[in-house]
Amino acid sequence: MSAVSLQVDNLRVYYRTTRGDVKALDGVTFEVADREIMGLAGESGCGKSTLAKSLIRYDGRMRHVSGKALLDGLSLPGGRYTKVSLIPQYAMSAMNPTVKIGRLIADLVRAHGWSYRELLPELVRRLELVGLSADVLNNYPIELSGGMKQRAVMVLSTLLNPSLLIADEVTSALDVTNQRAVAETLVQFRDRGFVTSMIVVTHDISLVYQIADTILVMYAGKLAEKAPAEVLVNAPKHPYTRLLISSLPEVGVRHATRKLTGIPGRPPHLLNPPTGCRFRDRCPLAYDRCAEEPPFTEVEPGHFVACWKAMSEGSPGENQEACAAERSGGTPW
Amino acid sequence: MVMLALEGVTKVYQVGAFGRRKLTAVSEVSFDVGEGEVIALIGESGSGKSTIGRMVLRLASPSGGRILFGGKDITGIREHDYRREVQGVFQDPFSSFNPIFRADRVLHMIREGFFPRLNNAQWMSKVEAALESVSLDPAQVLGRYPHQLSGGQMQRMLIARALLLDIRLLVADELISMLDASTRIDVLNLLADLKQRGLGILFITHDLSLGHYLSDRTVILRRGEVVETGPTTEVFAAPSHAYTRLMLESVPRLHQKWESK
Repeated sequence: MSAVSLQVDNLRVYYRTTRGDVKALDGVTFEVADREIMGLAGESGCGKSTLAKSLIRYDGRMRHVSGKALLDGLSLPGGRYTKVSLIPQYAMSAMNPTVKIGRLIADLVRAHGWSYRELLPELVRRLELVGLSADVLNNYPIELSGGMKQRAVMVLSTLLNPSLLIADEVTSALDVTNQRAVAETLVQFRDRGFVTSMIVVTHDISLVYQIADTILVMYAGKLAEKAPAEVLVNAPKHPYTRLLISSLPEVGVRHATRKLTGIPGRPPHLLNPPTGCRFRDRCPLAYDRCAEEPPFTEVEPGHFVACWKAMSEGSPGENQEACAAERSGGTPW
Repeated sequence: MVMLALEGVTKVYQVGAFGRRKLTAVSEVSFDVGEGEVIALIGESGSGKSTIGRMVLRLASPSGGRILFGGKDITGIREHDYRREVQGVFQDPFSSFNPIFRADRVLHMIREGFFPRLNNAQWMSKVEAALESVSLDPAQVLGRYPHQLSGGQMQRMLIARALLLDIRLLVADELISMLDASTRIDVLNLLADLKQRGLGILFITHDLSLGHYLSDRTVILRRGEVVETGPTTEVFAAPSHAYTRLMLESVPRLHQKWESK
């Protein structure tokens, strides 16, 4: 991996509520390298969107408790309008319905101190790159399909070549064919240098596996595991990641031939999270040591995991075999 | 045995100012659902899959064609009788519950209409049996408010509500799309158990892997028309229509990356 682009160090962000602080992001440390696409996966309420938002701007309910995030040496949030760009969830539905897309973009570009006329050739070039004609600038958002709107939003949010693009569930509202086009556009933007590095937030591990270099899995406000995409999917070490991956129905898996199982229980409430490992109550491998909080440690180069068991085992072969045994029950595709 | 049959069902909506333009949401769709059979109705947005579900539930009426249930046209069946045998569960469990009331209110609301003769004890034992059949612990969910339940628990409670009526057909419209990965599979397995007990399921989804996991037969829809239909294993192993192939190629899979175009 090349130079580090984003460095997050022990970041804690809580939500203020009348009943106390909800510890949505509780001590998160990781790095994203230059030109890296990092997938950020987890279930709802695990803190992934909070992490994405806290790199841009704290809203009124969010309270920064400790830690810091540095992007190319610049502290985040800050200088956010050019260095970091966020595509929030449902961004495509948030386009102003009363103005044409061209005017919407012109307004935003001017607000950043650029001239729309100067940027127009580049804008048209990028629209064509994602398969949109320059005519969409004269369309109202309602005249475009969901996939087209999402691609227009992506061009808009990367027009000023941000260092970091955070894409929060950009594909989840789309059909499979559009989903693939949008995901591949993200990779293309990185390859062409429109964005330096990228965090793709999603609940869909199989989608992010297609495009990401590394995947970070979160659970209940903490990091569970980070590894290169191939390793995380084929040889995960954290029990949560393993159970999560084995519970995903795939094309090729049928109930009659191979019954999948879910993870019993539900994530802890983050108002008063339990001490120690937060996955302890649902974990089939939990033992005494789990009452103590496991640190997020590098067990192999580039493979981080927060689990006592995974750290003490250390032998990747064992996990791979377990995984392979699990897989072999399915029908060959 | 054929339980539900759609014969050339068409739905035309009037859109635009004064309804001058016509939009054909569903066009000449025919398929059937047998006793204890799961049919996956797969399509992208705008394919008319939900419209078909709504017509089967009699929430919308077809503009053309017929829907038969047990050999009778459903428009000729008394609504009360029809509801006893056919029920639906929809995508968003969070909007199916009124947050002001306790969650089990959805169960009690059907008592007066369908079970006026049961006394309290009989009713409660029926409710508990229904909850247990969807693997919910009655002690854990009765008397709770919606925000105290997880999405998976709420969806199961809605299925329990349908089961109270001894239904024969369940229309599951994107039933698990909003659930988390770890609980999603439990609800899918529950549907598979219900199928084994003889319940027919019309499983409407945009997610090919979910459809494939559960169904006996698959109907692929595109812009209101059936493009391909057949036994699920065949449709997925050897799709004959270009559109089905395109969809299958686009599905993100674990352990296998997209082939570059």
